[in-house]
Amino acid sequence: MIILIARRLILSLVTLFIISLIVYVGVEALPGDSATGYLGQWATPESLAALREEFGLNDPIHVRYINWLGDILRGDLGVSMVKRKPVAELIGNRFRNTVVLTITSALVGIPLAIILGVIAGLMRDKLPDVIISTTSIVAMTLPGFVTATVLIYIFAIRLEWFPAITLVPSDVSVIELLDTMLLPIITLTMIMVAHILRLVRTNMIDVMVSDYVQMARLKGVPARQIVFKHALPNAMLPTINIVALTLAWLVGGVAIIETVFNFPGIGKLLIDAITDRDFALVQGIAMILSGIYIALNLTADLLSLVLNPKLRTARGH
Amino acid sequence: MSDCLVDVRELTIGYYNQKGTLVLVLQGVNLEVKPGETLGLVGESGCGKSTLGQAMMGYLRSGSQVLGGSVKFADHDMFALNNRQLETIRGRQIALIPQNAGDALTPTLRVGNQIIEAIELNADLSGAAAKNRMLELLAQVHLPHPDVMANRYPHELSGGQQQRAVIAMALAAEPYMLILDEPTTGLDVTTQAHILNLLRDIVADLGTAMMYISHDLGVIARVSDRIALMYAGEIVEDTNVAEMFKSPAHPYARGLLESIPRLNLAGIPNSMPGQPPIPGTLPGCSFAPRCSFISEICRSKSPPFTSIPGPPHRVRCDNWEKVLAIDFSQELQQVFRTIEHTTEDEPAIELSGLEITYHRSGFMERIRSIPEPPATVSDITLSVKRGETLALVGESGSGKTTIVRTISGLLPAKRGSIQFEDCDLTVEVDQRPMELCRHVQLIFQNPDASLNPRHTVAEILDQPLKLYFPDMTHDERRARQIELLERVRLEGRYRLRYPGQMSGGEKQRVAIARAFAADPEVVLCDEVTSALDVSVQAAVLDLLADLQRERNTTYIFIAHDLAVVRAIADRVAVLYQGRLCEVGTVDEIYSPPYHPYTETLLGAVLVPDPDHEPKLLASDTPELAPPAKGCAFQRRCPYCMPDLCVEEIPPWQFPESDDGHKIRCHIPINELLVDQKAAF
Repeated sequence: MIILIARRLILSLVTLFIISLIVYVGVEALPGDSATGYLGQWATPESLAALREEFGLNDPIHVRYINWLGDILRGDLGVSMVKRKPVAELIGNRFRNTVVLTITSALVGIPLAIILGVIAGLMRDKLPDVIISTTSIVAMTLPGFVTATVLIYIFAIRLEWFPAITLVPSDVSVIELLDTMLLPIITLTMIMVAHILRLVRTNMIDVMVSDYVQMARLKGVPARQIVFKHALPNAMLPTINIVALTLAWLVGGVAIIETVFNFPGIGKLLIDAITDRDFALVQGIAMILSGIYIALNLTADLLSLVLNPKLRTARGH
Repeated sequence: MSDCLVDVRELTIGYYNQKGTLVLVLQGVNLEVKPGETLGLVGESGCGKSTLGQAMMGYLRSGSQVLGGSVKFADHDMFALNNRQLETIRGRQIALIPQNAGDALTPTLRVGNQIIEAIELNADLSGAAAKNRMLELLAQVHLPHPDVMANRYPHELSGGQQQRAVIAMALAAEPYMLILDEPTTGLDVTTQAHILNLLRDIVADLGTAMMYISHDLGVIARVSDRIALMYAGEIVEDTNVAEMFKSPAHPYARGLLESIPRLNLAGIPNSMPGQPPIPGTLPGCSFAPRCSFISEICRSKSPPFTSIPGPPHRVRCDNWEKVLAIDFSQELQQVFRTIEHTTEDEPAIELSGLEITYHRSGFMERIRSIPEPPATVSDITLSVKRGETLALVGESGSGKTTIVRTISGLLPAKRGSIQFEDCDLTVEVDQRPMELCRHVQLIFQNPDASLNPRHTVAEILDQPLKLYFPDMTHDERRARQIELLERVRLEGRYRLRYPGQMSGGEKQRVAIARAFAADPEVVLCDEVTSALDVSVQAAVLDLLADLQRERNTTYIFIAHDLAVVRAIADRVAVLYQGRLCEVGTVDEIYSPPYHPYTETLLGAVLVPDPDHEPKLLASDTPELAPPAKGCAFQRRCPYCMPDLCVEEIPPWQFPESDDGHKIRCHIPINELLVDQKAAF
């Protein structure tokens, strides 16, 4: 068991290292460099050369990579040459905003998805299931920005309940952000619920026809106890990983939703950084997002390890 | 309460299939069970016996519905009760012991807690009292260390232990009745015999009524007072055990009993032609198309359930007097036939010093030089003559499938050699020359898994033909396919069918035809009949024997059923934990002197004869790995000698001194003979 956890941890670190390579090399491979981005249209060959000398941009790529990685390990994400500010400072509040946005969506979405999934699974092919399943397929199929646009049209433009886009700076308090966050949260929740719900529903259906549920029924266990004690824990096990994947997707996919709503989060910052050729910022954000992605998957793996007796009690491996 | 505990009246159950047509599962079933009685419900797959068992608990599979009749249990009309009322009866008054205990236990709950749940619901105990009762129940079903077992999850228990845990759960409230749905199918013979003894004792102690559902007439003979035989959703015969086995009155009962291979009769039993119809699709008797006693009335009118004078005996046949006029015990002696075939003296396959292991030393193990565990299969030296059938026999974990997989090249050998003619068969299959692959073919246990469901029979048979005979033209292959189908007694029109459109027996014939398409010298048969019904099994055994005689093919035949081995094999090798215990001809193996393990296996076999009592020698504790030294069977052997057997690998002994019979045991042959002759 401990060996298993240690192995997963090491594997995660290796993955993170490989990602750092890809992120760095990938971003560096883009045409132009930070110096052209920094000087923009005023760039002359002389000033470019001077700037490259100053920031060590002429060093071979592996030297620059090692320096960059060393800085990151020390907690220094570098300096954005476009915005002329440390990357960490730029990310700061926006990261907080994104985290609040995604965590709120997850806190609403995951329990909702499980409840709806269980209801749909238990009432298979009956009216509630048909309604839930059809809605979830629609929510899954529509791209996030379409859903967002439709919601903006209905709630912001027609009903005028919420602002259509955020016009506040990134450093306001969370309370002030709240009403501008509602529409992005609803959008994210809808997409997330759809994915998780469908899996919970399928698992629930499988588990409800299993021999052990039939056995529980024939041993006189009341229906409610069958669902909560015998069926649900077994239906949830395969769901844990999908929940983690969906959350991880949420962190990455939030970029588009944030852009649509002009929400001051890390995703919007990433899109802006790419347009501005702000290499240090892109690399910094990419590393943070990858870190979250890997951490979530690791948590899911460990969680299913703890919750699944078959894995927990396995010897060796 | 009336004098019947269960009273099933004219029960008809069916479901609508995807096309919207009504398919019957049970038609007009009448059955009573008295308090404390043990009823065996027998029938082949698909006859509706499980549906009837579940219906007695007021349970229907989703989609099924009651179309007529009623089920009364302890005067409750089970299909008129609501769910809440059913919950108070199920588990408390009538409990189920299901077929696959491993699947019937919830994987995320500890075994003890699942039993406590049943106790709290049905026996009105809670807290410490419920826990004590749980431990008491686990001890009652002879589980070692109840407190340890209670804390385990289902997957941490062996098959036999899981079955015991489920029995404990069913006994929680000491119900009036137990429904047992094939509870020992899938367990090893020794485990099965132990579980059945346990059930008999418990039922006798508590006075519980029991309905035991099984396809295995040997098991039924062992546990029941009375037997009801089902065919195509109907009960066709209902009488006490002695009558059923000594003078069955329904032609189907006779056919079924005649198709079972017997330990005491050499040769292949009779097979029944045809297959059962879907219930309710024939105007007359369901069995008419397969019946040899058929008369005019059978085709037009469904026979009534008539009582035969004498002991309670009811039969659904118009010609029962004609059937009973023929003495069954004499008839039984005549149906077994041996298919003569010649074996040549030269060996087809020779295994010498074969050792196979699944263990792969990990990095850390190599660094710390941890010794390797004993190999899964070790020191196998055997020779199979051309045209001979060698059977490998043993419980699960005995290494028989491992050996066959190595011969077929699916697993590497660690040490030793496998010689086939001039070729070395220790080479894995992807490095073997095509001609060698062609000569060694494999038939698997389950045709559902070994035939591609998306290929027609023609495509399935085409594969080996294209692979091994690249010069064949399309027309030649087509002609060969039809010829192959004829050889396995299927009509040419089967070429266009998909596996899903055939019965289990037909599918296994196609799998056999595929193996013979390669025109092989050696055919490896891995439990080829264990997924089939007995009536079909006899036909497949017969077919295999015929095919062998035609081409002088060599068979290596794996089976756990010792009666099947008796029917088809020339020589037998008994394996325990991957080590040979005894090798000899069929006659030598099935009569004393035996290796203690052979004796244990033969003693545990349940034969379709109510007067036969199994002899339980060794415990049924499963072993996960062979011992590091000494005799492989030391831990379970009833005659184990503490020092000798534990320390030293036993020598081979040769009772006849000339031919192949050899027993690997420390006990001198004379002593074995004395004990065993006295016992049998």
